[in-house]
Amino acid sequence: MALDTTALNSAGIGAGTAVQAAVEGRANIFEMTQAAEEAVLRPKDAGPWSHDLRAALAARIAKLNDEAELAARYAADAGKFAALVDPTGNGTAQGLAEVVGFMDKVAADTRRVAGADISALQSAGVADADIVRLAELNAFLAYQIRVIAGLRLMKGMSA
Amino acid sequence: MTKVITKFTRNVPHWQPRVKPVDLQEASDEQLDALKVTPSNTKVSEYVLTLAHDVESLKVRSPLFNAIMYDKGGMSRSERELGALGASMVNHCIYCAAVHAMRHAQIEKSTEVTDKLFRDGAKADLGTRDRAIFDFAVALSDCPSQAGPEHMQALKEAGLNEAEVLDLILSASLFGWANRLMHVLGDPVRLEDAGK
Repeated sequence: MALDTTALNSAGIGAGTAVQAAVEGRANIFEMTQAAEEAVLRPKDAGPWSHDLRAALAARIAKLNDEAELAARYAADAGKFAALVDPTGNGTAQGLAEVVGFMDKVAADTRRVAGADISALQSAGVADADIVRLAELNAFLAYQIRVIAGLRLMKGMSA
Repeated sequence: MTKVITKFTRNVPHWQPRVKPVDLQEASDEQLDALKVTPSNTKVSEYVLTLAHDVESLKVRSPLFNAIMYDKGGMSRSERELGALGASMVNHCIYCAAVHAMRHAQIEKSTEVTDKLFRDGAKADLGTRDRAIFDFAVALSDCPSQAGPEHMQALKEAGLNEAEVLDLILSASLFGWANRLMHVLGDPVRLEDAGK
């Protein structure tokens, strides 16, 4: 059965190519990658971060990474949080300034994240479990976005 | 007393969470179930107990991590470690860099490459193949990714085949993930009374 995953669809990996042959050799990894996307974007227990908010934050992180196609895919599910997709907004209007600031920094300026960023979330009333949920969403996207960027380069190389 | 480590080292530090890990005594059935699939069953680390706060992610992440780093075929284990190290150096994840530099040195039975990388940074004098692998991992780890066709060309010229390039993409990307957990949710510390 052909693999149908966000990463492969976003990178546009077609059947019968050398890239696809390599991907088939790691089919288990692409299946697990898709399962991981489900776990962070559409978890059964979402905590305070609803599926539409997660989609909006995912689209925003894709934009910070210049991944417009992936951003559009996620933004389609952003619902009432659609305004957060634009990285020029800071989340204040949604009452999510601390969360949005944290997500931007973890995505785009990882090396400078420090203990103070975690304590700022705690001071804003975010529970420890929900900080871990935000980190997992962000961290998974960092992976997915780079897999897509890498696959696209492979595709260009073998074309 | 603890001291936060800020410089790259192969001497693996202790990871100290910035949030309160799940208390095993209070863990839900689903959390206990997820904790079983981690590499270490005998002693659950504070890191894994921290990630157990998001049990759905933890459950899928551990087998995915192991598949990317250890499944047979494709790129060698030490070169996957080099990809992991490139990402960890970009993101300044001292803990991940230590673990994966140490593994690289163990597999290669040599500290030469990681000594050079920690001493001279990205400009270190590496062999052609290691150079191409490390440069690609570093470029891909930027936000946005700075990896381009020239990096792919260098990998091809260094002799990497498609399966190896894919494994490199996966291992470097995986550490974009791991670094954002390790470096964000905790501090690398040296416990003063650890006696090491």
